[in-house]
Amino acid sequence: MAHKDIKILAIETSCDETSAAVVENGRKVLSNIISSQIDIHKLFGGVVPEIASRKHIEKIDPVVKKALEEADCDLSQIDAIGVTYGPGLVGPLLVGVSHAKAISFATHLPLVGVNHIEGHICANYIEHPDLEPPYLCMVVSGGHSHLVKVCDHGDFRILAKTRDDAAGEAFDKVARAIGLGYPGGPKIDKLAKEGDPEAISFPRAHVNDAPLDLSFSGLKSAVLNYMNKCQMTGVPINRADIAASFQKAVVDAIVEKMMMALDEYKTDTICLAGGVAANSALREACIKACDERNARFIYPSPVYCTDNAAMIGVAAYYEYMRGIRDGFDLNAVPNLKIGAGHK
Amino acid sequence: MLLALESSGLTAGCAVIDNGRLLGEYNTNFKKTHSETLLPMAEALLNMLEISPADLTAVAVSAGPGSFTGLRIGSATAKGIALALDIPIVPVPTTAGIAYNLYDTPGILCPIMDARRDQVYTGCYRWKDSLFETLTEQRAMDIEELSEELKTYKENIIFLGDGVNVYKDRIDEILESPHSYAPEHLRYQRAGAMGMLAWKYLEEGRAIPGDEHSPFYLRKSQAERELLEKEAESGK
Repeated sequence: MAHKDIKILAIETSCDETSAAVVENGRKVLSNIISSQIDIHKLFGGVVPEIASRKHIEKIDPVVKKALEEADCDLSQIDAIGVTYGPGLVGPLLVGVSHAKAISFATHLPLVGVNHIEGHICANYIEHPDLEPPYLCMVVSGGHSHLVKVCDHGDFRILAKTRDDAAGEAFDKVARAIGLGYPGGPKIDKLAKEGDPEAISFPRAHVNDAPLDLSFSGLKSAVLNYMNKCQMTGVPINRADIAASFQKAVVDAIVEKMMMALDEYKTDTICLAGGVAANSALREACIKACDERNARFIYPSPVYCTDNAAMIGVAAYYEYMRGIRDGFDLNAVPNLKIGAGHK
Repeated sequence: MLLALESSGLTAGCAVIDNGRLLGEYNTNFKKTHSETLLPMAEALLNMLEISPADLTAVAVSAGPGSFTGLRIGSATAKGIALALDIPIVPVPTTAGIAYNLYDTPGILCPIMDARRDQVYTGCYRWKDSLFETLTEQRAMDIEELSEELKTYKENIIFLGDGVNVYKDRIDEILESPHSYAPEHLRYQRAGAMGMLAWKYLEEGRAIPGDEHSPFYLRKSQAERELLEKEAESGK
């Protein structure tokens, strides 16, 4: 029996992108509108929550309308509303959550709250129609670095995480130190192409009692120390070499944990997700390492790595299909943990 | 049929007005966040009144000033409803909504909302021949400055708003002219009064498309203020 297509209108406002999307059956993106505020936050060297919240309020209506328009549908053709309710910045989250709840209230469409990080993981379904759990996923973004086992749809287990800074945070801090500005990830990625990744030997941290855990704060300090030493001894600083060597250290650490995880959990599929998954050196290193051991490596296109509502629509679909519904008291949960939402 | 949403201050509330009649209102001043209370209250109120959201022809919101987060919860909610039902938004200045608690009351109505840093959000209103007049538009100002300004009025001044609880003693000290304070039950934001004012605005054609609405913060974000100060210092 052919069953009805399910269309989800999804809204994402957890940080500095206002995004809305329409996704069909959890796999087909009919629209994915992203309004970035990056130019404003650049002036401040990072995301200012109050400014982000104000921009979300201005953009939310046009972005949602455009998502419906591009998907060529109106609310009467939508089956449910999905919205990111955490983790993220509370002010920005509340704009999306309040807006989504109000649409649900006005239309009687079911409401499904989505965990932002689970959304990042689900981004992999969009371009890989045959991907199904179980599989492993390394989530690396500005606020998160987690190794997750996706046991089933809606069943996420954290296997390891960063002990201190998230990967993207390390990129931002080092970018600031070498004068590249915000956002650090893409800028380091670009500059690193001109540098020598072997020029400077930066440390790859190992966490003794938890071999799969990551740590980036020592690496960040090592970069700062190296720059201080250069300045004191009058050695000229080669920013491209620093960028390339730092990036290599981050990539090595992440890829090493991913390969260890494949061994330990005896699986042959591993995904990458989150903003840092757009890093070209990380992608190449993962492709190479997985090729060597005949493992399947899956990663989203850059547009689905950064914050976007399409991935929220995918995650919302699987939550919707297993009967998850939220009430109008759904609140923003800034520190929502992976797998800690609906049971 | 108009649904009014109030979440600019400590109380959250909603009200339904039809043909200038207040059919029902629901206000709470409770520890839960507005995000958790506002829509559940609206749902309960509509159910009680046997109204479907589809019956609504406009949605009003207490548009600011107030708590930045509270304003956004109200405005994002109003925008979502307006978008889904293709109905307009009626933005109501928060201080006007508070002043409207005291219907046809003689004297100057002066809501003061605590804006911290020795400032209040305030505006002045007056009833003249049963018509509601705005004497000064709402703005953020020092409480001392406001008290000086109010000395020019000869009529009794009635203060309302949560700023009363903070600044009552200072006002009594500075202001020698006759003044009084609204009683506790009429002092704060109430969805019913705000909604009735919104209904008047609606009849006056002051509704706007939802996507054109943004809260009236009356203040830049701290980061923007600091950046401007820095630029001013460096003579930019």
